[in-house]
Amino acid sequence: MKIENQVTLEFPSRSANEGFARTAAACFAAQLDPTLEEVNDIKTAVSEAVTNAIVHAYPDTLGKVLVRLRIREGNALEIMVKDWGVGIADVERARTPLFTTGSEERSGMGFTIMESFMDTLKVRSTPGKGTSVTMLRRIARRAVR
Amino acid sequence: MPVTCKEDKRSLTALVAGELDHHGAKTVMEELDRRIDAAQPRELTLDLSGLTFADSSGIAVLLRAHRRMGQVRGAMRVVNTPDQAGKVFRAAGLERIIRFE
Repeated sequence: MKIENQVTLEFPSRSANEGFARTAAACFAAQLDPTLEEVNDIKTAVSEAVTNAIVHAYPDTLGKVLVRLRIREGNALEIMVKDWGVGIADVERARTPLFTTGSEERSGMGFTIMESFMDTLKVRSTPGKGTSVTMLRRIARRAVR
Repeated sequence: MPVTCKEDKRSLTALVAGELDHHGAKTVMEELDRRIDAAQPRELTLDLSGLTFADSSGIAVLLRAHRRMGQVRGAMRVVNTPDQAGKVFRAAGLERIIRFE
């Protein structure tokens, strides 16, 4: 699938950047003419992925978080969220609903939300090296009004 | 992430406004804990009409408030849930545990 447009954001793992990242993703996705519901799905999935990087990848330090957004051929948005943090030892287990290594403020539903709001979700992780989450969401073309 | 509370006899209404993400969730949780402990209400109504965004952090906030209300033997209901937040809560199956009206 050909890349038609691309933007990369990079920021430190401060929680104040969660809102920035999802809003930026929504703005970039606007060129695909999404419905309000599609925009909300994108914002929610980005928020989950970025929060994971902020909370879990760098539990005691500040580290770098990268968000790469791509428009792919076929009216699709690809979102990659990458960190260079602690990594996930067991990705399958991390993707299980309600599983969390976080405190009581976490619900353990982050990956479940990403999976149900996006068309595809790929997680690559190496303990001690970092994690990348790649998601794809096709946006339905609407008839010209 | 403001929480505005109203108390009437032993029912507590909490208006949660703004964006409920990991960045804002802790403040909301602590404020709800504090208000529930102080009021010991028979019923808590969480009014989400001012909520502009929620992710899975919002799920944790609702579950915690629900548990806290169980501890004080009170009931909880959630009203005026916006579409975006409702979709997140449904994806987690929250409607099986929490009363949405």
